[in-house]
Amino acid sequence: MPFDAGSPPLVVTLAWRNLWRHARRTLMILFAFALGVWSMVVIAAISRGSMEQQLDKAILTLTGHIQLHAPGYRDDPAIEYRLAPPDALLRAALAGREVSAWASRVRVPAVIASERESAGVTLVGIDPAGERGLSFIPAAVTAGRYLESPDDQGLVLGRKLAERLETGLGRRVVLMSQDVNNQLGDRGFRVVGLFDTQPRQAEEAYVFIGRATAQQMLKLNDAVTEIAVMIRDRDRPEATLDRLRAAAPGLDIEPWTVIEPLLVLTQKITDVILIIWYAIVFAAMSFGLINTLLMAVFERTREFGLFQALGMPPRHILGQVLVESLILLLLALLLGNLAAWATIASLKGGIDLSAVAEGMELVGIAPVIYPAWAPADMLAANALVFVLGIAASLYPAWRAARHVPVEAITRV
Amino acid sequence: MTEHTVILRNVSKVYHQNTLAVQALTDINLDIPKKELACLSGPSGSGKSTLLNLIGGLDKPTSGEITVDGQRVDLLGKAELAALRLHKIGFVFQAYNLIPVLTARENIEFVMQLQGISAAERRARAMDILKEVDLTGLEDRRPGELSGGQQQRVAVARAIVSEPSLVLADEPTANLDSKTAQALMELLVHMNQEHNVTFLFSTHDRLVMDFSRRLIKLHDGRIVDDQRRT
Ligand SMILES: Nc1ncnc2c1ncn2[C@@H]1O[C@H](COP(=O)(O)OP(=O)(O)OP(=O)(O)O)[C@@H](O)[C@H]1O
Ligand SMILES: [Mg+2]
Repeated sequence: MPFDAGSPPLVVTLAWRNLWRHARRTLMILFAFALGVWSMVVIAAISRGSMEQQLDKAILTLTGHIQLHAPGYRDDPAIEYRLAPPDALLRAALAGREVSAWASRVRVPAVIASERESAGVTLVGIDPAGERGLSFIPAAVTAGRYLESPDDQGLVLGRKLAERLETGLGRRVVLMSQDVNNQLGDRGFRVVGLFDTQPRQAEEAYVFIGRATAQQMLKLNDAVTEIAVMIRDRDRPEATLDRLRAAAPGLDIEPWTVIEPLLVLTQKITDVILIIWYAIVFAAMSFGLINTLLMAVFERTREFGLFQALGMPPRHILGQVLVESLILLLLALLLGNLAAWATIASLKGGIDLSAVAEGMELVGIAPVIYPAWAPADMLAANALVFVLGIAASLYPAWRAARHVPVEAITRV
Repeated sequence: MTEHTVILRNVSKVYHQNTLAVQALTDINLDIPKKELACLSGPSGSGKSTLLNLIGGLDKPTSGEITVDGQRVDLLGKAELAALRLHKIGFVFQAYNLIPVLTARENIEFVMQLQGISAAERRARAMDILKEVDLTGLEDRRPGELSGGQQQRVAVARAIVSEPSLVLADEPTANLDSKTAQALMELLVHMNQEHNVTFLFSTHDRLVMDFSRRLIKLHDGRIVDDQRRT
């Protein structure tokens, strides 16, 4: 590799060749760094993917992105706090482009009883068509049928609850709940569908009937207890919120971050765990880098003295060591990111944790995790390694550029 | 410009080792005119290397004035010294003169590259000087693939190639056998005549002294003899 007109500048040539002088040492630190970067990016993708899945699942489990309630309902979700169906003004606001789906629901506590068992549940009266793209239920019915209209007379319950109640498709159950007059109303239903979902607790928690049927049973007339809204950008609900609040100033209108603060906490915990992981990995890596560079610098004291005697400006000497670590860092980043990309691509089908899923589910982790490329996490990992890596090289570089005692050059 | 390349006035150097003070040079006065080929001799520890290092600005005198090519070396800062060495002074050490990762030709081009000379000119001049030191054909070898004598010749070629005012050589033949040493000295004398360069070297070696035109003897950090030879 001669250095000619089109060849790299002197410091780059020197840095490059010096790196390969101790090829094994260089490769070792290179792979250690690549491994660190790989682990940062892969762990970020897995935990980000798991967190996003958890979040989306929770949002689909009847939370939505925005909910509208009568004031007071969120403190005491009872039928007293009901609201009128959306008027023309609110309907216009709900027809906005950023709203992808919305529906009104009746959601009240209830007791369900079969001929053998009974259980406390949440009764949800829905618009079957309106729930599409809004909640999990339209896609979750795995046996029998989904509800067909708001005044469907059937009932859909979770498979797990059906087992507990020792009931099944085609069988009859009774729902009991307090109506608007504080009278305990009850009504018999035929089970027309069973649903499966994650988390399994939801299978036991929710029982679905038609919205109009529920209104009739609870003597609500056309009142509902909530309106759930899905928007196009989960993380930017502000504009929609403003519009909805302007259209219905008397209602309590809040985004998912307020309705489910635990979900926000999950997001924050993921961030913190990633930061801690990055810090640990980087601390280990920078230790290795500083060590390697210092070793390389000490070995070459005589050479740096020679550079000095030949009249190489100190900043060139500093630059040479920095370029050395720059090349090392860039190669490691390239390698680490490529390996991470390959790993994540190979995990596209998901990481199946179902063997241990029963336990994981309790803490809200899905049985199959789909890693998610998060460009921001990847950028953060790369920037961290790059910037701190260069910072860690400054001391060895400064050691090299410092005045070298003459003995180092002249003594044989 | 002065007609002297090197002027030393009352130069002393004291090394401090812990509490011990070592008087390496005492009150040195010396003028070396242009194109001189002078030799410093004296027993081990007499101060030869110290004197060369002070002239080359690798170290600072404890007192006195040192002028090289009209510039007060003792007063210059780090960056100015680097520039002075780059443009005015060539060094040849006893050994390890070459940058191990660069080939013979690249080592010779190194200084020219720092000086900002174009690639084409660098290459042409490097090839010319390699021919002069009789190393044509070995230009792509790295120092580890060259003999001690060949390495010293590359070092001489590098010191000479950008035509500095002064070449300082500290025991350039110490690691060479007498035949190789003889050849290197012939080369240095030739360079001194062909290129407009002042040479100052130190040696223990009789042979080297015989080649020089001026012999300066040091003893215990003082000049005890200074004679022109014919
Ligand atoms: N860095 C130093 N620190 C302390 N003392 C030093 C240092 N360098 C040289 N000396 C001392 O200064 C004196 C002159 O040393 P110098 O190396 O100049 O001698 P020299 O003539 O080159 O000897 P040699 O022929 O062995 O190379 C010696 O007494 C030496 O021990
Ligand atoms: Mg010496």
